[in-house]
Amino acid sequence: MSFLTVTYAVLFYAATAILIGGLAYKISVYARTPAPLKIPTTPAPTTTSGVVMRMGREVIFFESLFKSSKWTWLFGWMFHISLALVLIRHLRYFTEPVWFWVSWLQPFGKYAGFFMVLGLLGLWSRRVLVDRVRYISAPSDHLILALLVGIGITGLSMKFVAHTDIVSLKAFILGLMYFDWQPLPADFNLLLHLLLVAVLMIIFPVSKLLHAPGVFFSPTRNQVDNPRETRHLAPWAAPLDSSSAE
Amino acid sequence: MADYETPKLLADVPVVVVPNIKPGAMSHSSPYVAKPDHNIPLGFPGELVENWQEAAIAKMGDILQKYRSIQVYLDSCVKCGACTDKCHYFLGTADPKNMPVARQDLLRKVYRRYYTFAGKYFPKLVGATDLTKEVLDDWYSYYHQCSECRRCSVYCPYGIDTAEISMAAREILDSIGYGQKYCNEIIAKVHKIGNNLGLPGPALEATLEDLEDDIKTETGVDVKLPLNQEGADILLITPSADFFAEPHIDGLIGYAKVFHAAGLSWTMSSYASEAANFSMFIGSYDNMKKQAERIRKAALELGVKRIMVGECGHAWRAAYSFWNTLAGVGHGAAEDDKYARMLQKQLDSSYPVPQHICESTYDLIQQGAIKLDKSANDHRRVTFHDSCNVARASRMGNMPGGQFIIPREVIKAACNNFFDMAPETIHEGTFCCGGGGGLLTDDLMEVRVKGALPRMQALKYVVDEHKVDTLAAICAICKTQFAKVLPYYDFPMHMILSVHQLVGDAVILGSND
Repeated sequence: MSFLTVTYAVLFYAATAILIGGLAYKISVYARTPAPLKIPTTPAPTTTSGVVMRMGREVIFFESLFKSSKWTWLFGWMFHISLALVLIRHLRYFTEPVWFWVSWLQPFGKYAGFFMVLGLLGLWSRRVLVDRVRYISAPSDHLILALLVGIGITGLSMKFVAHTDIVSLKAFILGLMYFDWQPLPADFNLLLHLLLVAVLMIIFPVSKLLHAPGVFFSPTRNQVDNPRETRHLAPWAAPLDSSSAE
Repeated sequence: MADYETPKLLADVPVVVVPNIKPGAMSHSSPYVAKPDHNIPLGFPGELVENWQEAAIAKMGDILQKYRSIQVYLDSCVKCGACTDKCHYFLGTADPKNMPVARQDLLRKVYRRYYTFAGKYFPKLVGATDLTKEVLDDWYSYYHQCSECRRCSVYCPYGIDTAEISMAAREILDSIGYGQKYCNEIIAKVHKIGNNLGLPGPALEATLEDLEDDIKTETGVDVKLPLNQEGADILLITPSADFFAEPHIDGLIGYAKVFHAAGLSWTMSSYASEAANFSMFIGSYDNMKKQAERIRKAALELGVKRIMVGECGHAWRAAYSFWNTLAGVGHGAAEDDKYARMLQKQLDSSYPVPQHICESTYDLIQQGAIKLDKSANDHRRVTFHDSCNVARASRMGNMPGGQFIIPREVIKAACNNFFDMAPETIHEGTFCCGGGGGLLTDDLMEVRVKGALPRMQALKYVVDEHKVDTLAAICAICKTQFAKVLPYYDFPMHMILSVHQLVGDAVILGSND
């Protein structure tokens, strides 16, 4: 087994462990921390199914962002939907045989890569051109965009410019999954692509990428508007009642 | 102070132009600091403690464990910029730290430094900073340039609510003895006397008697304003400004006329003589609960079946969203919840608790229990200001958005000439009056005047377009703020009215006799 293969194998095990472990930890913190008061941004749904719909519109269509800034919505939505298609497309490298619906989405996923990069460049240009957004940008905000654009461009170049040895790559990935390591093709584009992806996985739980799980825990979006009908009480607040009961 | 210009209104447009940023434009704005007399009754240190840095960081950790909102919101912002042009204080001042995300970042950069991996090891990369005195003073300045109106939270893709962040920041500031005089002094008055104005029972009684005489002189009808009346059906809790200031007091007269015309049995309480709950503004759960428990206690003692709330924005948020949680003032407590059940078994389950005065008046109009003569308001051309806390933090009626429909239906039932302001400036997108969230104090006059700009612009448009001469509102803070800032923008100060003044002027008294 080459040094390269071992390095990447270890890198991906570590990155996966950090991504899953880190996210699990953060999600458990969010889930454990109580929301002591009813604070949905109103008008808000009065039923749980209404809340599921609201959250669905938020996560799938970015409803609030659409209300707020059409350009940011356009670029942001384009990026995320394309990313979703691209990720689905990549499932073919993790499954044997490839699931039918993954095959079916291949052509969409293939071209979605362009829209993904386009969306990112749109978001990046706002970060540079709009004085308000420039003001709030930290170096990490630019670096995350650079990272994602880098992943997109290296990926696209393998699909549309210089093909990599995809059969060997799939063998490498399946080998990682079934603990039966296979050699990784030593193709610069591929190595860079994989390295950037590993970096993305590693920074996910310690960066603003936490917005992905965060949105589901946002009390202004996930609470039912029924404070008059049901008494909502946090565990830490309940003892305050007895101490002050007449 | 006073070394500033009132922003100019534009002709022929309902919305202001988003300004280019002017860093530091409002860094001089800072309210008076609370003194020991204001702090100690609230359970806060009298003045800035010696180990403030350590204590503030520890308090932040405490809040992070108690409030999911803070934990999630400090992590989740991606700096997309969607909120940057949504705050009325930014639109009016151009100070970039008044952009919601930048205001949050004042807290977030300290959170990152002390509570996140990235901020501990790569502070420069993620914009994390130590909690220095400079940062603390920035907190004090800019967390008192937020009216906690939640407009930004409507537009954030994650629902990040800067109001929550400002409340948390103020809670931290209070915990180290660096609170704001205006709010803390008022809360201390409520704890001691029962209302924001510090009106004791006898003064209140005398005021209400005078009002009864005034109504009698004006209408010839004996309309009562009962106080501490045991066995009444309804306990009305209203902002204490309704007892004292113009134009609020005409709203109170309006409620009394409605109750009279409908033949309802009601009372107010001198012990619970305040609907406002400024403890919400400073994010203090304990003090908020202590204030809410006055309502609980009064309701139990008077034996009322219903609890109603007068015209007040944040008070309606506190009442609608929090009273049940804080003091069991609502319905639906669990079987084993003795504390809440004690009150709830006494309340009439066929009415919502608490109920907004507009909900009640609307129902009475619908049932034909009161009759209104719209022509009584024919000399007025009316628009309506959606108060931020009513619009984005509460509801009226059974359906989402009832808080927009019901007050308008009440107004339209009371007058013939009603004109809404531009759609992007009302309903959930409504602009704050500029004086909410504990900023309604003379030491913050500049930020109040500038923060009113977007609302004034929308108002100017309907004034020019439809000759509107009356701005109706259902919030004590909005009414006081508008009475003060309207003249800065060349509008007459008397154009601001209570919705229930319109109702009171139109309601036919004795229609139920």
